[in-house]
Amino acid sequence: MTVLTPANPKTAERIAVGRDAVLSVVHLTMRFGGLTAVNDLSFEARAGDITALIGPNGAGKTTVFNCITGFYKPTEGMLRLAHADGTVHLLERLPNFAVNRTARVARTFQNIRLFPGMTVLENLLVAQHKPLMRASGFTVLGLLGLAGYRSAETAAIDTAKGWLDRIGLMDRADDPAGALPYGAQRRLEIARAMCTDPVLLCLDEPAAGLNPRESAELNALLRYIRDAHHTSVLLIEHDMSVVMQISDHVVVLDYGCKIADGTPDQVRADPKVVAAYLGVEDEEVERVEAEVGISHGEAGA
Amino acid sequence: MADARTSSLPDILRDAGLYALVAFGLCIPIVAYRTNAGPTGLELTPRWPLVAAFCAAIFVLRVVQRLILARRDARRALTPSPAQATEAVQGEPDAGQRVSTFGLYAFLGIALTLPVIASLASGGLGPARYWIDLGILILTYVMLGWGLNIVVGLAGLLDLGYVAFYAVGAYCYALLSTTFGLSFWVCLPLAGLFAAAWGMVLGFPVLRLRGDYLAIVTLAFGEIIRLVLINWTDLTGGAAGISSIPRASFFGIPFSADEDGFAARFGLEFDSMHRVVFLYYLILGLALLTNFATLRLRRMPIGRAWEALREDEIACRSLGIDTTTTKLTAFALGAAFAGFAGSFFSVRQGFISPESFTFLESAIILAIVVLGGMGSQVGVAIAAVAMVGGPELLRNLGFLSAVFGEGFDPNEYRLLLFGLAMVAMMVWRPRGLISVRVPSVSLGERRAISGAHVSEGHG
Repeated sequence: MTVLTPANPKTAERIAVGRDAVLSVVHLTMRFGGLTAVNDLSFEARAGDITALIGPNGAGKTTVFNCITGFYKPTEGMLRLAHADGTVHLLERLPNFAVNRTARVARTFQNIRLFPGMTVLENLLVAQHKPLMRASGFTVLGLLGLAGYRSAETAAIDTAKGWLDRIGLMDRADDPAGALPYGAQRRLEIARAMCTDPVLLCLDEPAAGLNPRESAELNALLRYIRDAHHTSVLLIEHDMSVVMQISDHVVVLDYGCKIADGTPDQVRADPKVVAAYLGVEDEEVERVEAEVGISHGEAGA
Repeated sequence: MADARTSSLPDILRDAGLYALVAFGLCIPIVAYRTNAGPTGLELTPRWPLVAAFCAAIFVLRVVQRLILARRDARRALTPSPAQATEAVQGEPDAGQRVSTFGLYAFLGIALTLPVIASLASGGLGPARYWIDLGILILTYVMLGWGLNIVVGLAGLLDLGYVAFYAVGAYCYALLSTTFGLSFWVCLPLAGLFAAAWGMVLGFPVLRLRGDYLAIVTLAFGEIIRLVLINWTDLTGGAAGISSIPRASFFGIPFSADEDGFAARFGLEFDSMHRVVFLYYLILGLALLTNFATLRLRRMPIGRAWEALREDEIACRSLGIDTTTTKLTAFALGAAFAGFAGSFFSVRQGFISPESFTFLESAIILAIVVLGGMGSQVGVAIAAVAMVGGPELLRNLGFLSAVFGEGFDPNEYRLLLFGLAMVAMMVWRPRGLISVRVPSVSLGERRAISGAHVSEGHG
């Protein structure tokens, strides 16, 4: 097992082929009653990459996310997360909150889920619950006002300040998160997820509702997260300008199955992807479906 | 009354006249005749002047109301209201917030010096007993409100059976002291621990429930505890309760007239009021301890996790916060403070029975928290004074019998006024007296957050 911590992104790119997978999704299937939302999906997200998960509406992208982040228990399959030090976590076996706490997978939500009544700074401090809780002696020592907790809190505030500076919200630190404009809320949610110090950051449509300038800022932020923090990113996105510009690796889903997997250029040229997005002549539909291996009966949708 | 209002004077008068007419129609069957049991059967006494007075009052009130509304509408037409804005407007600190900074010191000052003020005002400790007893009663509810505030206001878990933990604390002290002869100071922490343990016991099964379902299960839990207290006669004495519970001592020195007593030791003349004043400061101390712990906890990761849980539980889980333990600690801590208050209650009364722990008590404590503004410590204190002290005021409104006739007891209208106050609050301050939230940490100046952003929690 070759473990890499690429100090220089260029070096990392050069040897990208040999890198380890941070997340391996193996034969993942998720059924809701009679509906198969994800059908025998396998893919890998390599360490230090931005991996994009795309597909038409209802393809099962968010279901895959919910399985990875512990909000759903998959019907079948294995979700294997490897840390840089070689420890391996099987995400499907962890309780919901432990996916973040022990396996260090952070996520954002399609419909933003901030704590609207808490300030921007408080949002970032809640995300640092684990280290702060430990520093406060699980509240007991902190309640007595020991200095250890105070210095830990100062450190946590410094971390938060670093992120606020990065996402350009320093001057709004004391405003309630619910009062921020939409684009700023999206950035704050990403910063909050990063405050949990994840190895894998899962973003559910981070560019939804952003204007072109905000999308460009988002691209820069995601590159910074990948290159400076060495955090792998897995994202669901509809905005192709984001996907094609920043992804190192794209996985395409349709009707819960993987139809393509490769670099942005490979995926863009793939006829199956074009078919899934744009639709094709009837004969071609049958031909492509036969190729992908789904018959009408199985697809069910 | 969303109809288009015109504010011309004849229009207002016509409208008010219509109101007076409706009032007149309502008054005929209700007020116009009084039935007296006369010697020859029922006699009717006409009371037309009273009807006229009612109608006139309605007329005048409606005119005044219309004039005020007209002025407000005119003002609103000039400046758009913050409610119309699509994004929340960070306005001036509102009245509630000003009260919360100023009221804090006023409240603390009065609370600390109440026995002195009361005895000066009524001439001696003895006559001041009524006021000090009232102070003890109010502070007990302040403490219970603050305790419940952790569960409802911070963690956003609706608990309708809070009085159960109060009962556990009270019976804990009563049973331990009468059976094993343990002193109050040993029993106080034990009562808190016991109540916290029961909070956990309740917490475990209800953790999966949210909102209305959680409220119903906690309500049932409160009733179960009360029914157990009534029916487990061997242990609790059943409906007869437990009597002759040992009184509180001054850290081991009893408040008695003999030479070992508190008065003799400290060279004072014996006065039975010493014990009452001591109890007053005891509950004040316990309430302040509750407040101190809550304020401190809000600045700790656990307190922030509670508030985050109230805001969005799913986001909490995505950030690695174990919502199960977080909810349990909120339940347990809230219950522990109720346990302290309960053991104080039983040491003060000397007698407890299940009668004292009915659902109405839970409802009053919850009403204090909701009226005060969920999460606001000062708001809860003000609401407790209003809710517990207010009805006492009614006792002193004897002069009203001059207006409403002999035999008018304002105290009978307690629940009616209570309901009116609730409706008024819902209309004017739906998020409680002090609805702003003060952030637990800030980089610059600490600014309160408008209640419009803060969630109430969903269970």
